Amino acid sequence: MTALSRERIGTLLARQGILIAFAIFIIAFTLANPKFLTVDNVFSVIRSSAILGVMALGVTFVVISGNLDLSVGSMMSFSTIVVLDLHDKIGPLLAIPAMFAMTLALGALIGLLVGYLKLNSLIVTLGMLSAIHGLTLTYSGGKNMDIADKEGTWFSVFGQGTALGVPVPILMFLALAALLGIVLAKTPFGRKVYAVGGNGTAATFAGIRRARTVFTCYLISAGCVATAGLIQASRSLGSQNTVGQGLELEVLAAVILGGASLMGGSGTVFKTVIGVLILGFIQNGLLLMGLQFYVQFVVTWIIIILAVWLDIAAKRGRLWSPIA
Amino acid sequence: MQAGALSNALKKGAIWGFIVLELVFFSVAGEYLSLSDKAFMDLDNMLLLFKQSAPIGIIAMGMTIVMINGNIDLSVGATFAIAAIILLDSMTWPILAGLGDWVIPVSWLLALAAGTALGALNGLIVWKTGVDAFIVTLGSMLGYRGIVFMFNGENPTSHLNWTLVDFAEAQVLGLHTATWFLLGVTLAIWYLMTRTVHGRNAYAIGDNREAAVNAGIRVGPHMMVNFMIIGFLAALSAVVFYSESGSVNPNDGQLYELWVITAVVLGGTKITGGAGNIVGTFGGVLAIQLLRKGLGHIGADTSTVNLVIGLILIAVLILDRQLNVKGKEALKT
Repeated sequence: MTALSRERIGTLLARQGILIAFAIFIIAFTLANPKFLTVDNVFSVIRSSAILGVMALGVTFVVISGNLDLSVGSMMSFSTIVVLDLHDKIGPLLAIPAMFAMTLALGALIGLLVGYLKLNSLIVTLGMLSAIHGLTLTYSGGKNMDIADKEGTWFSVFGQGTALGVPVPILMFLALAALLGIVLAKTPFGRKVYAVGGNGTAATFAGIRRARTVFTCYLISAGCVATAGLIQASRSLGSQNTVGQGLELEVLAAVILGGASLMGGSGTVFKTVIGVLILGFIQNGLLLMGLQFYVQFVVTWIIIILAVWLDIAAKRGRLWSPIA
Repeated sequence: MQAGALSNALKKGAIWGFIVLELVFFSVAGEYLSLSDKAFMDLDNMLLLFKQSAPIGIIAMGMTIVMINGNIDLSVGATFAIAAIILLDSMTWPILAGLGDWVIPVSWLLALAAGTALGALNGLIVWKTGVDAFIVTLGSMLGYRGIVFMFNGENPTSHLNWTLVDFAEAQVLGLHTATWFLLGVTLAIWYLMTRTVHGRNAYAIGDNREAAVNAGIRVGPHMMVNFMIIGFLAALSAVVFYSESGSVNPNDGQLYELWVITAVVLGGTKITGGAGNIVGTFGGVLAIQLLRKGLGHIGADTSTVNLVIGLILIAVLILDRQLNVKGKEALKT
């Protein structure tokens, strides 16, 4: 009986541990500072997490398919710079689809290399991180990009507007999360992503076109990155070349925190959203407590290790690793 | 069988062929494009190249072991920064004030001990929790960077000790101090990986961890020792570099992990573990530094360097795969 209930607690922790941790955080921060759980503050947290969150949605697909994407940060810088530059040259209405097309082309290139040529995704995207950064610098000539007429453009709606009292970035993040959540959980394509990540060989024998599935995952990731770049560009209406630098690791941290395994085959969009929110709320909560931003680095470190550790400990049924 | 041996020889020689290609290309292109009159293959220029390779190169030797072992360490840049801060900060500590110039070895030891301890912490977590090294060091990359900021906020930490600067800028037999450290580390790690049981075990574990366990190798402590080595080397790299520069920003060392991993992969080490060699890594480090220097020589800016290095990394991967496929086909027939 006790063994059974302990097992149950273990399963519960493994399945819902991240939600429990999230609840504990919210309660603790609210007790420490009543301002924490106000509508204004919650909105501001989600809004500032939206860019990271949109990127994390795409990376979730890539990670579930058993690969990595370290290039999303520099790709986001690229799309931000491109859309800002084209805004003044061909107008926002054309600039946005042009930027999406260019970003998707980069995603397709990665998908080609990892999916069809079966190259190691860590190294390919590491190379692309560097290459796309170089591409961005070449494109902009190393200069900051700014929109000439910052007051008169409707382009700012994606980053600064509100609809029905809710900031647009939040709406875009949630709508995209809902859409991709349905794609991953309810469509044949979603099931293929899990199959390819869970056991690639078995998936191939089951008639799933592995290369095409991986390729599509990278396209989705690039689409999300382009959306994040759009929000970023629209919010600031001007940008440095390095705006997305380092984001790839934060994004990955959020996805891992959501419980997706780097081995592939597990994770959900909903849990990634929770992972993103946890990172956002921790950052915000620690700032409200008057702590410096770098304390958040250390706390994030501890949380990532604990979250993943508990996850695999529950799966293997013992806390400590069996490695001799 | 012979084709397999040929592809092996090709792979081992590839990096050196690439270096020769770079030298020829930049020498020729430099004649037409370079703004300075100096030739690229100038002796001073080449000596400087070795010296500038040292910070990345010293860490790359540790990364080679860790990657052959089947792990990875993303936290080296942050460890590098922590060691640098401890080195410079400890020289101003009142406790050590009475030591005069004897403070230098003490500070060195403190910095190296800190790096080793941070590596040991990574290794211990990997060993005891069984969490993948990629995740563990991704976390500690953030966490260690947070610790860096705790020392001095966003301000730089500076301390110039002229005895130390003289030592760092000295040239023995024509080579700079940093170069000697790079060569020494390369030799030591090469010996470790090719002539000792520890090195052989590293290959065995990276190739097939389960088989290594069954063969009675204590995998956990072994991996921890390797993480301690890379932590020590990241600190040593900082010690060599900051002895001369004397000032460290809290963001220093960022993206070092990417440069180091690029060098190691260019040198032929498999990211999945079990294969790789120190001499290849040495070549990879030189190749990257040559590329940075050469592109600068012919007037290209950093953007081109990033672009070219990224593309070369991917090209190497494609080439490597083609050679492997050919090798396997040769075995079949």
